[in-house]
Amino acid sequence: MIRIANGQGFWGDSLEAPIEQLRRGPLDYLTLDYLAEITMSILQKQKLRDPAMGYAHDFVQMIARGLDVIVGNNVKVIANAGGVNPEGCRQAVLNVLRKAGKHGVKVGVVAGDNLMDSLDSLIERGIELRHMETGEELATVRSRVMSANVYLGAEPVARALGMGSHITITGRCTDTGIALAPMVHEFDWKMDDWDRLAAGIIAGHSIECGAQSTGGNSFIHWPDVPDLADVGYPIVEVETDGSFVFTKHEGTGGRVTVAGVKEQLVYEMGNPREYITPDCIADFTTIHLADAGDNRVRFSGIQGRPATPFYKVSISYSNGYKAIGSMLYAWPNAFEKAQAADRILRQRLDRLGLQFDKIHTEYLGAGAAHGLKLAGKPLGDIPEVVLRVGVRSQNKHAVERFTKEIAPLALNGPPTASGLGAGRPKVEEIVAYWPALIPKTAVEATVSVEAS
Amino acid sequence: MALVQLIHIAHARSGDKGDTSNIGLIARESKFYPILVREVTAERVKAHFEELCHGTVERYEIPNLEALNFLLNESLDGGGTMSLRSDPQGKTYSTALLRMEVQVPDDLL
Repeated sequence: MIRIANGQGFWGDSLEAPIEQLRRGPLDYLTLDYLAEITMSILQKQKLRDPAMGYAHDFVQMIARGLDVIVGNNVKVIANAGGVNPEGCRQAVLNVLRKAGKHGVKVGVVAGDNLMDSLDSLIERGIELRHMETGEELATVRSRVMSANVYLGAEPVARALGMGSHITITGRCTDTGIALAPMVHEFDWKMDDWDRLAAGIIAGHSIECGAQSTGGNSFIHWPDVPDLADVGYPIVEVETDGSFVFTKHEGTGGRVTVAGVKEQLVYEMGNPREYITPDCIADFTTIHLADAGDNRVRFSGIQGRPATPFYKVSISYSNGYKAIGSMLYAWPNAFEKAQAADRILRQRLDRLGLQFDKIHTEYLGAGAAHGLKLAGKPLGDIPEVVLRVGVRSQNKHAVERFTKEIAPLALNGPPTASGLGAGRPKVEEIVAYWPALIPKTAVEATVSVEAS
Repeated sequence: MALVQLIHIAHARSGDKGDTSNIGLIARESKFYPILVREVTAERVKAHFEELCHGTVERYEIPNLEALNFLLNESLDGGGTMSLRSDPQGKTYSTALLRMEVQVPDDLL
C-alpha cells in the first residue's frame, strides 16, 4: 500500500496545507497542483520579462519549509510547478537544497509539453490545432497566442520516479497523471492495464481539488463539518490491485463521507462513462463506494478503456480587454437606485460613442448569482445592493474610458451611493482559452534528473 | 404526491469547462434517485435555466453514485477569463438547480 496526498488544489490554495500534510502523519508521496488554465499565460509573460522566471515560486518556498520531512522521511514530491520554465524551477529547488546542506537529493524535470516554439512548424506539417468546440483553425488567432502546452499524463512522471527522482517538477501535466504516476512506478503497472490506470486516475481526481473532498465547499450538512479551520487535505491509500481508501490525517478537521466524496467525483465531470485522460478513459459509472470507518471511504471495481491517440493542448491567446466597476446603494429603495444608476451609466457610455462587445450588469444582493427568474424579486425594501457593471471590448480605449465613468456616479447619480474599494476599476487584458487536440506521435515528453 | 424543492432530496456541486457548466445532482437517500431520474429531465433543466443557459442541456445518469450530471452549454458568458459575471465558473449553479420543485410520492417523505 502507498499513501499519496494532495497538498494544493490550485495556485492560490493554502500555503500551510502541504506543510501540514507533511507534518501530521505518514506519507509516501505529496502531489501539488499549481496550474489553472490561465496560469500558463501569466507565467509566459513573466518569462518574457525575465528568462529565469515562469514557474510557481510558492513551490520553492514550500520545499524550503518542508525539506526536513521530505528528505528525512523520504516523502517524494510531484508538482506541476514548472509552468513554462521547469528547468528554472529545478535550479531554484536545487539552490534551496544545497543551502540547507541536503546533498545528493535528486530533482527530476518532465518537459516537452511546451509547444510555443514549435507551433508554426506543427501548423506547417498540417497539424491545425482546431478549436475542439468551434472547429476553427488556430491560424485565425495565431499572432495572438500567448502560451501553448500539451497536457502530459503519468508515463513521463513515472519514468522520472524510475530514475530516482525525489522531487519531480513538471510543466503542464494532468492533475490525475501526477497522482497516477507513483502507482505506475511502485506497482509496476503496465500502461495498457486500463482498469488499474482508470482506478489511479479516479484516485487522482478524488484528491486533485484539495480540501473540496474532505469537508471544504461541501454542500451536504455543511454547518456540521467539524473544525474547517484545521481542515485535513485528502490522502489515498492505494493497493496494488487499484482499489484504494480515501481519507485524511487523523486529528485534522473536516470530514470524509461517502456523500462528500460523491460531490468531488461529479465536479467538472463531462460524460461519466468517458473521462478522457492522456493515460486511459476512466468509467465513473463503475466506481463502487463503501463507508470504511471513521473518515474513510473505500473505492473499488473501477474499469477503464484504452487511451485515445491524442493529447489535449491548452492554448491561450489575447482576446481584447475588460473592466468591472461597482457602487454600493443603501436603504431606502436601494435596488431602484442601483437600477437607475445603471440606466444613467449606459446613457453616458452611449453618448460618448463607446463600442463594447458586451455590457453586463448585476445587482449583488438582488439575484446576481441565480438571476431574478429563479431567485425572485427582492422582498421589501432591502438594506443595500451593489451595482456591478462589466464591459468587454477589443478596443482598449473604450474599456479605459468606461473605468472613468463609475466614480462620478457617487456625486452625479442617485443618492446614498458609496464607492467600493480604492480608485478606478482596472483594465484587464482578456486571455482566452483555446482547447485543441494533437496526435501523441507529434509530442515527445522528456525526462531528466539532477542531484543537489 | 407533494411538490418538494430539490434541496430537500438532493445535494449538488457545479464546475466548468470553457463556456459549459456542469452540475452534479446527487440523491440524499437511495429512495430519491428514481425521483431525480424521472423528474429532473434535460428539458426541465433547460427551461429552469432559461435566463442563464443559452445552449443545449445534456443529461447523464450515474446510477452507482445515485447521481445525475448535467452539462449546460453556453451558460458562462464565454467562460472563465472572458466572462463578466461575478460567478464566471458557475459555482453557484448547483444551488440554482436545487431551487427546482418536483413531485415526490407522500410515502417517501
